[in-house]
Amino acid sequence: MSYLVLTDIQKRFGDFVAVENFNLSAERGEFVSFLGPSGCGKTTTLRMIAGFEQPTSGTIRIDGRDVTRVAPNRRNVGMVFQSYALFPNMTVADNIAFGLKVRKAPSDQVRKRVAELLELINLPDRGNRYPYQLSGGQQQRVALARALAFEPQVLLLDEPLSALDAKIRVALRNEIRQIQRQLGITTVYVTHDQEEALSLSDRVVVMSEGRMEQVGTPFEIYNFPATAFVASFVGTLNVLNGSIVDASRGEIAIDGQTITLTRKFEGRPGQPVRVALRPEMASLADRPEGCTRLVGQVADVTFLGSLVRIRIAVGAGPGASGGNGSEPGQVVMLDEFNEPGLQVPEVGQTVSVSFPMDGPLVLDTEAQVESVEELIAEA
Amino acid sequence: MSSAGEGRRGFGAWWAWLVVFLGILYFFVPLIAAAEFSLRACAPPNQPCSTPDFSAYANTFADSQFFSTLTFSFVVGLTTIAVSLLIIVPTAYWVRLRMPRLRPVVEFITLLPFVIPPVVLVFGLIRIYSRPPLLITATNLGSVGLLVAAYVVLSFPYMYRAVDAGLAAMDVRVLTEAAQSMGAGWRKILWSVIFPNLRTAALSGAFLTLAIVVGEFTIGNYMAPYGFGPYLSLLGRDKIFEPAAVSLISFGLTWLAMAVIALVGRGPRGTRVQVAGAR
Repeated sequence: MSYLVLTDIQKRFGDFVAVENFNLSAERGEFVSFLGPSGCGKTTTLRMIAGFEQPTSGTIRIDGRDVTRVAPNRRNVGMVFQSYALFPNMTVADNIAFGLKVRKAPSDQVRKRVAELLELINLPDRGNRYPYQLSGGQQQRVALARALAFEPQVLLLDEPLSALDAKIRVALRNEIRQIQRQLGITTVYVTHDQEEALSLSDRVVVMSEGRMEQVGTPFEIYNFPATAFVASFVGTLNVLNGSIVDASRGEIAIDGQTITLTRKFEGRPGQPVRVALRPEMASLADRPEGCTRLVGQVADVTFLGSLVRIRIAVGAGPGASGGNGSEPGQVVMLDEFNEPGLQVPEVGQTVSVSFPMDGPLVLDTEAQVESVEELIAEA
Repeated sequence: MSSAGEGRRGFGAWWAWLVVFLGILYFFVPLIAAAEFSLRACAPPNQPCSTPDFSAYANTFADSQFFSTLTFSFVVGLTTIAVSLLIIVPTAYWVRLRMPRLRPVVEFITLLPFVIPPVVLVFGLIRIYSRPPLLITATNLGSVGLLVAAYVVLSFPYMYRAVDAGLAAMDVRVLTEAAQSMGAGWRKILWSVIFPNLRTAALSGAFLTLAIVVGEFTIGNYMAPYGFGPYLSLLGRDKIFEPAAVSLISFGLTWLAMAVIALVGRGPRGTRVQVAGAR
């Protein structure tokens, strides 16, 4: 039986439905992230697990025990907040010891545990400092140690890295993952940062407007998005409007050009569809085998350090079948690795964009979700 | 253009210094005058003394009533502060945490002492609590208890605003939830997290309350005429130089209390505390 189980959770604030039909089973020691835009219900769900919000309906179980109506201070759930929430009147050591003192642990045991945790977060000599004497990253590490001190059954992290700068964020997220693996604690992590969610998690729950859009491993979420929302929210995505030419042969027309795809989709000829393509799948290099292509003109080129991002307006080039070469096309964005020998095209130059026939996803067709599930199974 | 700008800046600086000078005169001339007058207690009366005469101060300190009334008022003041904090802090905390919509109502209630004159309050209290079934003023302890209760009401506007400002400066909800997630109940949260972080705000409110209670006359005169306020009034009626001396002593005590607040409210190691949030 799963360790943390949320069953049919719904949360309403008056008429507003914040979370609905939320079902999740997390195993002991699993790291699950809730990913979604602001207002999608991820923090509300986390707060329901913590006990700060009561679900309107549904149940929450931790290790088989129903905690749906249990007060937050009786759940044995540790929480780390975005704003650290360290007690400013207490030293670092007192902050970490707080949960143990509440539980009336013997003082020698408290001292030992505090020393262990200070060692774990690499701040062994900062026990006597006050929170305001630490940097943001150090404060958040103390907050993590404080949440772990009393050995909670579940650790909840509510956008813990949002207030930190980019470099510290990356370093600290690796530390969080390392500590979580070391302690084997079941963890739920809320973030709107896809990179964080994908790099940290065993599984990711993508949420939108109070609903679960998809639950899966980072690999599944990124490569096989189940819905148009997941496809567009996770990673950068080119979404091109087109129409079905022949579904049985995988042919779709985009701005007068026909591409051929091997992923299954269904629909009648002429039916509008959207084709989703990751920038890293597309290339300017000529890849005839197993690839399909679009022709267009370079709209702009952006240097991003290790990558060069090229935007190509497709449909307006001379190779566009059916196009008259004058109407503006849709834009395909692609990334090329920066290397000294890279031939960067000039703006206005006509180029062909090739991509694997099994690369793009066809959105808005009835059979799309089924095909995604099949693909995940195959993977 | 540039010289005109400099001229305007020069005029502004001159004007600012004039305002500061007038402010200094406004605050210090009465004090200096009172000090000068309090040192004239030599014969013949109302004539400048060849050397300052400190007998008004000596008489004040020699008067046992000065110390007894001052001690009584301080004890009543400290009790008022304790009761007021016990009522106001949990109320303001709960309103901020769980019932923010009630804030205007609570603010209005705490402002009532500004609207209702103390004489109305004291007569109302005496009428209600001096006859059965609520005959509280029959005993000395009962009267003093009622006096403290009246002063608690009188302190509401100052104490509530100070505490509310202190709560506004910290992220009450997040600190509470952090403590809850670690297993703390409401008493532990209030005692270990909220009260300590309200230290400066509570001290400000406490100081204002103490200043009001120690010098209060109207309520004290009717309920416990052995307080410092009624004593000051009697002194003004019966003596010439001593009231000036006593007012200067009170002023000194006030400054002492402010210095204590400044020292105690500085936070750990003399640095202002960050209550919550990113740095």
